[in-house]
Order: sequence, then structure tokens, then C-alpha cells
Amino acid sequence: MNTITYRIKDFLKENHPFSFLTSDEQFLIAKNITIRYYEVNELIFEIEKPVNTHFYLVKEGAVGLYAQNNQLTEQCDEGDLFGLRAIIRKDNYKLTAKALEECILYTIPFEMYDEILSINTEVTQFIISNFASNLIAYEKHSDSQKTIISEEELTAKYSKNPVTCVKETTIKEAALLMTERKVGSIIIQENNFPIGIITDKDFRTKIATGKVEISSVVNEIMSSPVICVSEKITVAEAQIVMLKNKITHLCITKSGKNKEEIKGVLSEYDIILIRENNPSVLIKQIKRSHSTEELKKIRIQASELLKRYLFQELDIDFICKIISEINQVITARIIEMAIEKLNQKPPVLFSWISLGSQGRKEQLLLTDQDNAIIFEDSKNNDENRWYFLRLAEIVTQNLHEIGFEYCPANMMASNKEWCLSTNEWKEKYHSWISKPIPENILFCTIFFDIETIFGDGKLEKEVQNSIEKYLQVYPIFTNFLALNSTQNPPPLGFFRQFLLEESGEQKEQFDIKSRAMMPLVDAARLLSIHLQINEKNTLARFRALIMKEPQNEEVYSMCFEAFKTLLKYRTKYGLLKNNSGRFIDLNALNKSEKLQLKVCFKAVKEIQSVVVNRFKLANFM
Amino acid sequence: MNLFFRKKYPEFWQKYAATFKEKIPSLYQEIRFVIFDTETTGLDFKKDKILSMGAVAVLNSSIWVADSFECFVHQTTFDRKTVEIHGIRKEGIHKISEEKAIQEFLDFIKNAVLVGHHIDFDVQMMNIALKNLGLPTLKNTTLDTGNLHKKTMIDATDAHFSLDELLEIYNIAPHDRHNSLGDAFLTAQLFLKIIKKLSKNNTLSIAYLKRPAKRIGLI
Repeated sequence: MNTITYRIKDFLKENHPFSFLTSDEQFLIAKNITIRYYEVNELIFEIEKPVNTHFYLVKEGAVGLYAQNNQLTEQCDEGDLFGLRAIIRKDNYKLTAKALEECILYTIPFEMYDEILSINTEVTQFIISNFASNLIAYEKHSDSQKTIISEEELTAKYSKNPVTCVKETTIKEAALLMTERKVGSIIIQENNFPIGIITDKDFRTKIATGKVEISSVVNEIMSSPVICVSEKITVAEAQIVMLKNKITHLCITKSGKNKEEIKGVLSEYDIILIRENNPSVLIKQIKRSHSTEELKKIRIQASELLKRYLFQELDIDFICKIISEINQVITARIIEMAIEKLNQKPPVLFSWISLGSQGRKEQLLLTDQDNAIIFEDSKNNDENRWYFLRLAEIVTQNLHEIGFEYCPANMMASNKEWCLSTNEWKEKYHSWISKPIPENILFCTIFFDIETIFGDGKLEKEVQNSIEKYLQVYPIFTNFLALNSTQNPPPLGFFRQFLLEESGEQKEQFDIKSRAMMPLVDAARLLSIHLQINEKNTLARFRALIMKEPQNEEVYSMCFEAFKTLLKYRTKYGLLKNNSGRFIDLNALNKSEKLQLKVCFKAVKEIQSVVVNRFKLANFM
Repeated sequence: MNLFFRKKYPEFWQKYAATFKEKIPSLYQEIRFVIFDTETTGLDFKKDKILSMGAVAVLNSSIWVADSFECFVHQTTFDRKTVEIHGIRKEGIHKISEEKAIQEFLDFIKNAVLVGHHIDFDVQMMNIALKNLGLPTLKNTTLDTGNLHKKTMIDATDAHFSLDELLEIYNIAPHDRHNSLGDAFLTAQLFLKIIKKLSKNNTLSIAYLKRPAKRIGLI
């Protein structure tokens, strides 16, 4: 034994699976190691090439494993093994290994696996579970396709509350009824049995052409008999019936007979909804809804859509846009309904504003509501405020009923603090920006990301312009904002720490929002303000930053990817646990997820050092 | 040197000398490099003695842990001051005589290309020890990491780099510093990194590696 062997043995004993070995075994392995150095991007081994006689342990740096399409499938960091699977299988390499950073690698002869590692059950269990966690990540894709197929076999969801009339109804009355209920078909019933159906198409082909008078009764234009199907029909079957009969609506009865009670209507529209779970259909449904009950159902459907999108591994950026749009339309519909309920038109122009993550359109789950109102200035500001407060009261209550919790800090339009006229808002921002105490900085991090959900966008624009103006008048404010954005450094010891906790079987919750996402959000906002980028969404901000400062592309795209990953995790775990997803149970993460998280922390670290340098914060602290 | 004048040297030296009948491979990957370091009682060739020797082999761009060497030399005189730097205490470690140490060292290095940081000093120390035993000087080709580092730079200055400075430049954590095998191991990592750099624009040959840094611009 000599100094080098001791040094290497010390490293081995800190890392699984070598930690499971005896001291003598660790020494024996240490003695047989060779040490190699790889530069960034240097090839270590190549896919489809015959295996080496040794496998690898990362001493320093990081190694990326790439699949056929050059897609990064796994990242190995300090203490990770790789290149072992192919050797055990005695097969060609299934992945390419490349140094992601400057690396020092230990190469271990395969005999060490054969003679020492493979005969220890703890070791083999560790290695197998390690392979398995990677395999799951690898095969997830084929799984999601299976779900799409099984969807075909699902029972079709139909509208259980169809619009009906009797055969003596006039065509005009029927048309009015359909318009009011915003539907494309009406069933003509007799003793609750379906005897005919009229669809939009009938009005086009039979009425608009002048063939039948508008004052005639529905009896004259209805299609009869109605094609009826059983309530147990699957989506695929329903679609076949429609195609065969060249029709767009089916009447649902218990067993599919005409002499049965009407259960509902299934339209081609509903099929699209189920098949594609088409967001535009959801949005149309929202627009024609009349109660919070209906909206609540639609919001649940939106959550289902979200789950499926996540499962299908669609781009989170795209998912974000869809879900934000749905949330926005729901809120807008609630405001419309609230105005109807108040039975009084708004006295002046106003904007309903979303704040923070909603303002940035990054809210995927049902989280707290954060909103505010800007209304146009007039002599009667106080009187008008009273109207808007009453409006906000109804809206926030209805949002709450749908599932958006009240803001615990009462940052809602129903609070008179946040229901202000344009000039009052300007004063508010002025008071914050001119006096950068921590509390005011905090307000700014929330109120700088605002988005008009309903009403006139010009009020928001006016307020935004004044913010820009104040920022130029008080340049020091940006430095304070910068300082604030670097106050939450990434948990660099995260990994080591995690391993310890894992062995101690302690449950540990990790605050993904404040430790990983907020630092990225804050940096994106800060740099966007600094470079006058007019984007609100964090991903859009990073995209714009890449365009504006190509010299920093590497850092910005790292942050872009990191934010996507984090957003995905948060949403995934939020859906799983049915909460905001803010806290992640570390034990629930598999190895590749942990590694991805580590890459995210690196992005946080990099962007914070960009901020520290740009705003010369070293002197500031 | 004429064969007839050759003195009869001890068997271990003859064995060592015989290894040089084999030519050093021309391909860099096939050359066995031995990175070595000595710890001494001081910097005075006349007065000071070797305390310990450490060496590790590099072959095919890899450091071979199994191919390493470490020994501590038994001292007749003991200087308290040097102990503080090197941490080699008189008791506790198995020590061998200087003759035995040199014998084992020659047996280990064979005809390898010797690499060290400011290697001339270590080689000189060894040669004096050899001379005291009535033996000729080391026959190995030597490379200096200080010179190799300078070759990586376009503008080779006369700057002198200490091992600590280079470790920092090449981002190597200075574990086990001031232990001869520890230093040899650090120097070996340094060597791998420098060689990687040099291999980018050059076909590595011993002639190229030996050439002083300053002449880069001229050739």
C-alpha cells in the first residue's frame, strides 16, 4: 500500500457501490485502477464499438452518455459508474460516452467486477437498481403510446344534458334555443323518446336556401329516425357509426334503441375533444358555459389534458401556453359572469391583471390566485373603486370555487390596496422603486410581471411605461433587484447531502420553487429589465436574452433548459400529490431525475455569477 | 566508452543497464514514462540526503496505480527542521538503507523516460547517491514538466513555474503535497494534462518533448 492507493481507496469508500466492500477489497480495486484525463467533448467510447476491458468511475468532472440520435440520455458526475452495462452483457456499447466537462476518470479492469463486485449482493442490487432507473427513463416513451391506444377503448363522454324540443316547435324557436345554449344540434322528442334531430347543417341546407319557411315546424326539416347508440359506446365505435352514416351527431340511449329514453348527445365535436383533447374545444366550452360548476368541470378536464401532455413528453413551453390560455379564458368568463350578476356595466375602463407566475404564464397547476385591478382615472375614483371591489369579490370567490385558492397574503383585486386607478398604480410603483427596501423589492418581483387577463390592455401598458421611466430615474434600484436575485444560491452540496440522507432513510423535502425556480425567474426578469426586453414569460425572456447577447448563449440556454426541467418536475409532482408541487420528496426522484436537477443547479449558479459580475455586486455586498 | 575499460558493477546495476538495450518506442502511447520525485533534507547537493522517493508510471495516457513505487530512506543524521516540511518522522515508517532504496528504484524505473518537476535537481540528487556507491549516473532520458508547460504557450517566456503554481493553473487539488509519491502523483496528473494539450498540434516524439520551449518559434 502506498500514498496513491490510500488516496484512491478513500475515494472508493465514499461512493456506492464500493462503500459496500471491505477495506481490503477497496484496496485491491484501488491498486488496479488506472487514471485518465479527458478534455471537454473528448470521446471516451463510441456507440456500436466493441467494449473495452474496463469500466469507468468519474473522479472529477461530468460525462454524458448519448443514444443513437446523439441525444443525451444520462449524465454521470463525481462518483458515478459507467460503461459497465455493455461489459456485463459482453456486447458492443449501446451508448456513446463523451466528457461534458474536463474529467479525471478511474478505469477499473472488468476482472474487478467479476472477482469482487459481482459476488457481493448489496453491490449487485445497487447496480441493478441503477440500471433499472435508467431503463425506465428510456422506455417511458413507448409507454405513453400505449395510453393513447387505450384511450380508443374508453367509453365516449357525451353531453348528458341535451337540448330537446317537441315536433310542434317552430324552426325559429328551435334556432333561438340552440343559439342560447350554444349548441349545434337539437333533438326532437316525443315522450322523451328521440324521434328526430336537427343540426346546424339543416339550417344551412333547408332554411337558408329558402326551401322551407322559418315559421314552419321542426317536424319538416328534422332527420328521422335518429341514429341512436348505447351509452357504453367507445370512441372508436362512435366514430365509425358517424362515418358510415355521414352524420355528425349521435343520440345516446341506454342500449342504443330508438324506443328508449334520451340519455344525451354525442357530437363529432365531443369526439375531437376526447381524441385530441383539443384545447380549442375546451376554450369554446368555457365561452359557452354559464356557471362556475361547468367551469370547474372544464378546469378538471384541463388538468387531465395537462397530465396527458406531460405524459406524452410534449414540450413544456407549449403545455404552458395552452394551460395559461385556458386559465385566462376561464378567468375572463368568470369576470363576464360577475358583471352580468352585478347587473351594472363597469363605470370606466378597467383591466383585470394577473400577477407573478400567472402574469408570466407559468402557472400550470391550480395554485393561489394573485390578481389586481387597474381602472381608468376619473373624478369618481373612490366611487368607482367600490364597484370594482364588489366585482372582484365575486370573481375571486368564483375562482376559489373552481379551485384557485385565495392568496394567503391577500394579494387580490378584492383588496383595496390592489384595486387602484392608473395614477394610483403609478404612485405605488414610484414609492417602491424610489425606496428599494427589501419589502418593496419583494413587491416589485411580484408586480413587475403583470398581464391583462380581461379588459383594456392600454391601462397596463400605461403603467408599464411609467415603471420603465422610474427605473431610469432610479438606476440604483436595479442593483438592489440584482442583489435580491442572488440571495438564494443553489444548493451545491445537494448531491452528497442527498446520498447521506438516503442511507439514513430520512425523508427530506426539497423546496424546488424557492431554491431552483425563483432564482432563474428573478435573473431572467432582472436581465430583461436591464436590456429592455419586453417579455414576461421566463422561457421567452431567456430566448430573447440569447438573441440579444449571443456571447452569453451558453449560460442562457442552460437556464432555458433548466427552467423547463424544473417546471416539468414541479407540475408532475404537483399533479401526483395534488398540491402546488412546491416541495419535492427527494426520495421519490430516480437517479436520472436527480442528475437533471443537479444540472439545473449548475445553471442557477452560472446565471447568478453573470448577475454578480454585470451589476458588480461584489462591491455592493 | 570502451568495453575493456568497463568496471565490474554490481548485478542490480547491470540488470538496470541491460534494459537500455531495448530501444524506446517512437509512438508516444507505447512509451513508459516514470514520473518521480525525491524528498531531501535540503537543497545542497554536497550536504543533503534523500529522505524518500516516489514514482508512478504513465503509459498510453493513463496513470497506472499498480505500477508505482515508494520508499523511505534510513537516515544516519536527523535534522529536526526538515521534518516539519515533509512530515517524514524518524520512527513509524518502514525505512531502508540508501543503497537498498537505489537498488529498488533502478529496478522499478528500468529504461523508462523519467519525468519530474524541475527534474534536474532530483536527477542530480540521485546521481550523487549513485556516485557515493561507486556507480555511474542515471542512463534515462528525462523530461521536465516546467519546460513542457512552457511549450504549451505560444509566447514562451523565461518564467519559472513552481509545482504549486502549475497545479493551480491546471486545476489539480494539491492532495498529499510534500510526500514524494504524493508529489509524483500530482506531477503525473499534470503531465497527462500538458501532454493532452501538446498532442493537439503535434505528433509527440521524445525529441519534440525534450526540445526546450524557447525554440518553438524558431522551428
